[in-house]
Amino acid sequence: MSSVHLNNIVKRFGAVTAVHSTSLEIPEGAFVTLLGPSGCGKTTNLRMIAGLLDPTEGEILIGGKRVNDVPIHKRNLGLVFQNYALFPHKTVADNVAFGLKYRDVPSDDIATKVQDALELVQLPDVGDRYPKELSGGQQQRIALARAIVIEPDVLLLDEPLSALDANLREDMRVELKRIQERIGVTTVFVTHDQSEALAMSDQIVVMSDGRVEQVGAPEEVYNTPASEFVANFLGASNILAARCTRRGPEGVDIEAPTFGKLTVPAEKAPNLGSEGPAKLVIRAEKLLVSRDEAPEGVLSVPATIEAVDYQGQAVRYFVRADDTQLQAINMIDQHPFATGDAINLHLRPIDCAALPGD
Amino acid sequence: MGGTMGWHLLRGWTVLVYLFMFLPVAVVVLLSFNASQFGAFPMTGFSFRWFVELAQNEAILRAFRTSVTLGVMTAAISTTLGVLASLAMVRYRVPGSNYISTLLIAPILVPEVVLAVALLLFLNFLGINKSFTLLLFGHVIFTLPFVILVVQARLISIKRDIEEAAMSLGASPRQTFFQITLPLMLPAVLAGALFALTISFDDITGTLFWKPGGVETVPTQIFAMLRNSISPEINALGTVMIVLTVGLPLLGLAIARTLSQKRGI
Ligand SMILES: Nc1ncnc2c1ncn2[C@@H]1O[C@H](COP(=O)(O)OP(=O)(O)OP(=O)(O)O)[C@@H](O)[C@H]1O
Ligand SMILES: [Mg+2]
Repeated sequence: MSSVHLNNIVKRFGAVTAVHSTSLEIPEGAFVTLLGPSGCGKTTNLRMIAGLLDPTEGEILIGGKRVNDVPIHKRNLGLVFQNYALFPHKTVADNVAFGLKYRDVPSDDIATKVQDALELVQLPDVGDRYPKELSGGQQQRIALARAIVIEPDVLLLDEPLSALDANLREDMRVELKRIQERIGVTTVFVTHDQSEALAMSDQIVVMSDGRVEQVGAPEEVYNTPASEFVANFLGASNILAARCTRRGPEGVDIEAPTFGKLTVPAEKAPNLGSEGPAKLVIRAEKLLVSRDEAPEGVLSVPATIEAVDYQGQAVRYFVRADDTQLQAINMIDQHPFATGDAINLHLRPIDCAALPGD
Repeated sequence: MGGTMGWHLLRGWTVLVYLFMFLPVAVVVLLSFNASQFGAFPMTGFSFRWFVELAQNEAILRAFRTSVTLGVMTAAISTTLGVLASLAMVRYRVPGSNYISTLLIAPILVPEVVLAVALLLFLNFLGINKSFTLLLFGHVIFTLPFVILVVQARLISIKRDIEEAAMSLGASPRQTFFQITLPLMLPAVLAGALFALTISFDDITGTLFWKPGGVETVPTQIFAMLRNSISPEINALGTVMIVLTVGLPLLGLAIARTLSQKRGI
């Protein structure tokens, strides 16, 4: 177990800059997720930590030691790939034992450790099989067993679940998190799936275009996005151009179209100055579609439903209030409203966040 | 109606073409078991006497030994070079690898006579005499493209991820090669080696140009014997050649297939 530090890392491929000056601190034992859209540099960062790519500039420290010049096979890392990357010509047991052969492990202990690892991933009986005789999910468990049996300082996972089908992916998510907590290894997990990131991480690093947009705990990143990009990437948000009129100790007064004057809690607008242009961020789940009057302290705005996207337990409404188009995602247990219905939109100001405007 | 007629014609024609190609081979094989002194039909009885005589003919045995030595050395050198060249081009993407690749494959595209004469002239120009080494050199140049084509195709299909996983687990690049990459491409390496061996064993055009005086390989020995007389021994030798050049690749294929099945590749 070790911490990982990236100090002002830059990676260029010829004229392309894949990673712009990035600094990150990954504490010992933490589960940190690099989250971002395709091509934002997640894999590049992970491969630099692994030692499969050399950073163009900057330093990488693992356990406080600079590792820029340490080749991958001396870094003691566990690496898990999207495509499992098991050795097809070796049995499952030999796959898992592979890393132990390069460490000072007595041969008697190897068999025990392999069996323990297989038990940890809940596949104790497949040691004699070849990888192609296992399902995708089982292969990924073996890949995980192979990576953790060497007791790595850091576990690096590049979209390990994205080759699995949806149900299996959710099981494996829980499983992976359970194993990580059990062995307590520092873990860097790469994904472009926000629900994966929110469910598993201690910390999420949201990336865009080779830059870090925000670092924080899942609920922090989700509730207090630091930029418009983060607000849009994690869940659906409505972002309205607004004005900040006053910053008080308790809250920030915002004047927004449609909703008028409201006060956003100060901690949900950390980057906003005292006065000037601002953006009001309203998460789609926080906007309630209703026929009723709003209770005390809740804003209510009349609106019309323009489209309905029924999703089972939840429904996504596209609504129009004045000239503003908004989306609302509500849990329902009965019939959804229909297109053309006149309804009220309820919003609690404390659920809003605010960003500096352009 | 006319359509069926056309098909019958086409079928008949195909049969004729195959007969034309394989009948001579069949005749040679059949006649090699002929008891009579004269290689002609009708056969006068079944006998292994020409094979026995073959085994007692000093010149032929010498040619056979030369061919085997040459073939095995060619296969060893071509395969080693071919594997290294493929690794350099596929894995390490050395600068200009496209040009190098074309250059290494080129000997297949150039007519053999041209290649043979060119190499000979070049060595004359350098003042180097014909020798067994030159002959070997020629065979290596000529068989290398086949090895490279087979090995490269295989190497491309081995995912880089697998090697990276091995290195992350503590294997050095060298250990990764011997533990992971080589075993995975072994079927292709074997196939390449067998290709090289058979092609070298079979080659006559280049060999005629490159061989030093007094050295004969099996094909050039047959060629020389044919100039004097048409002995039934040649039929027997031809049969041996056919068995070797057809049988070896088939054997190789079978080995490669069982290997890759067993290894679950
Ligand atoms: N070897 C390379 N040569 C040139 N450009 C590269 C190379 N590897 C990555 N890039 C570029 O760097 C950028 C970041 O790539 P990277 O693979 O890190 O993205 P990613 O966030 O992992 O995306 P994905 O979710 O699709 O895997 C991309 O624009 C990509 O085109
Ligand atoms: Mg990636």
